Amino acid sequence: MQQQDAVFRALADPSRRAIFEQLTHGEAAVKELTARFDISQPAVSQHLAALRGAGLVRERRAGRQVFYRVEPKGLKPLVDWLSHYQAFWVERLGKLQTLLREMEE
Amino acid sequence: MSTSTQAIVVEYELPHAPAKVWRALTEPALVAAWLMKNDLVAEVGRRFTFRAEPIGEWDGVVHCEVLEVEAPKRLVYSWRGGSGNSKLDTIVAWTLEPSAGGTRLKLEHSGFLPMNAMAFEAIGKGWRGHLAERMSRALAELA
Repeated sequence: MQQQDAVFRALADPSRRAIFEQLTHGEAAVKELTARFDISQPAVSQHLAALRGAGLVRERRAGRQVFYRVEPKGLKPLVDWLSHYQAFWVERLGKLQTLLREMEE
Repeated sequence: MSTSTQAIVVEYELPHAPAKVWRALTEPALVAAWLMKNDLVAEVGRRFTFRAEPIGEWDGVVHCEVLEVEAPKRLVYSWRGGSGNSKLDTIVAWTLEPSAGGTRLKLEHSGFLPMNAMAFEAIGKGWRGHLAERMSRALAELA
């Protein structure tokens, strides 16, 4: 539950979401992200730290550069949640069909 | 709704008339028989709750508000619940269409995340979109 909260909170912010979505296209350095989003470098770094804290991105250092990439495992809590509701509705709609058969026209 | 946030979509062909399916979706006693205890009143603006047995941190209550009613075609309500900081704030939409065999019923449970460009949409039909392509392999490795 806590991990799920962290993921939802991290992605609730539009700028962070935009940065995360950009990273789904491939690895990027802070500098590249700063140029693309018209946000200050410290702000980008802060967003990246939040995404990293939620387990959504991973960093890689190469010399003086730090590259960020999406961490697919970080999305698992969301996938779990959706899977849960998917199973829930399929099961309940099965019950609905049983009820409909028992109801009078 | 083609660019909706990621949603669960379930569709069924039901051998029953739309009016009958509508009753099963809107009359509290009937809804309780297949979904959860509730005090649903199918009028726009009405607030109601679904109540289930509490599980873990969840108090078992889903808070809803009727957002759209068009008998016997469409019923939409908000679906909010969760515990602590984990507030689920989603939308459940039912659409009924007359069909040759009875009713085509579509359930769309949406709004799990306020994200548009991501490809969680219609997860019931499997992963789609560029993000899915990139991630499906990695996710498969987790299982």
